[in-house]
Amino acid sequence: MTFHVEPITGRYGHVEIGGRMHRLYWEEAGQGIPLVCLHTAGADGRQYRAVLNDPEVTAHHRVIVFDMPRHGKSSPAPGTVDEDYALTSEGYVEQILAVCDALALEKPVVMGCSIGGRIVLHLAHRHPERFRALIGLQSSDHVAPYYDTGWLHRADVHGGEVCGAVAYGLMAPQSPEAERDETRWHYMQGGPGVFKGDLWFYKVDGDISAEVAEIDVSRCPIHLLTGSYDYSCTPDDTRDLARRLGVEMTEMEGMGHFPMSENPARFLDYLRPVLAKIREG
Amino acid sequence: MFAGLAETGGPGTPLAKRGRALDARMMLRAGTAETLVTIRAGAVILVEEGPFVMPSWDFAISAPAEDWALFLRPVPPPGSHDLMALLRRGAMRFEGDLHPLMSNLLYVKLLLASLRPAPAPGSEAAA
Repeated sequence: MTFHVEPITGRYGHVEIGGRMHRLYWEEAGQGIPLVCLHTAGADGRQYRAVLNDPEVTAHHRVIVFDMPRHGKSSPAPGTVDEDYALTSEGYVEQILAVCDALALEKPVVMGCSIGGRIVLHLAHRHPERFRALIGLQSSDHVAPYYDTGWLHRADVHGGEVCGAVAYGLMAPQSPEAERDETRWHYMQGGPGVFKGDLWFYKVDGDISAEVAEIDVSRCPIHLLTGSYDYSCTPDDTRDLARRLGVEMTEMEGMGHFPMSENPARFLDYLRPVLAKIREG
Repeated sequence: MFAGLAETGGPGTPLAKRGRALDARMMLRAGTAETLVTIRAGAVILVEEGPFVMPSWDFAISAPAEDWALFLRPVPPPGSHDLMALLRRGAMRFEGDLHPLMSNLLYVKLLLASLRPAPAPGSEAAA
């Protein structure tokens, strides 16, 4: 019998966000420069298990992945489960700062994907002094709505099934089937209305196109990486953002919207040099 | 273009099991060419080629023939690998009663993708 135990620990912490106490779940591994990882809309921190398990990353970084409230193992704050949920830029920034403060992280690197790739732009705009560097995966300054997100939360449509089907299509056909299956499973497990509520930030409230010119990358470096198969945030969307920020972008061939979970081995090949550059910087 | 659905999605196939809650008539348009697909309990039981005079259907999926051809490649290129990728770039349109489509979205995606030839042996997508 073989029994492999991963070097990841998971814990719960009680922290105030938006005037309410939340019981948040986070996982971490490694030691060194903190690297806070932000999952995508409607998913949870399991997306980053390959990063948490990578000895080359954890030799240099304390990797921290938290489940946003209402996602994964972080339940809604008491008494709020039936409230309409719509993630805002303000609330999302507050979550991230609350976690960084609660864990006493000094100048962490923050890496986010999709909505996480968007919020790092808000962090760069509002709080550049607080971060050593920011990494945006599938990062764009806005995305025009291209389907009716109302289908993601209806009593007569199974939310898990439709959210999983949407996530499935955002991945590259070359990504390993097992990893694609797990990635859509995360979406199939999301709470009712959570994916849709997160997309309120992604498609409406989080539009930062008007403020991009005010972001000063000399105060906080930004690294951008986008998968070639992503049609939600296309490589051209990120390329346009990079041009406006005055930074480089890396197009990750043969990957879609969830690089860290749909093809983790290939993603780590792209991530490790970025982290090395940040450490040298 | 879609005649093979009777085989890949016919009774007894894994796709028929996946879509077992679905009864619908799906109109597929490739340019002006129309194909009407009848699905009963998730199984494709009839594929009819147009033109039609008075077709009756629940939902329709339309795209130019060249975009369907990209979608149906063994390894489709970015922007053409998923129905919603085609929607995103304005090449595809969903019409009609979208409830049976959206409540069986993965089934419909996989059903149409089942017409793709297998990737060449040894290619990355075949691994």
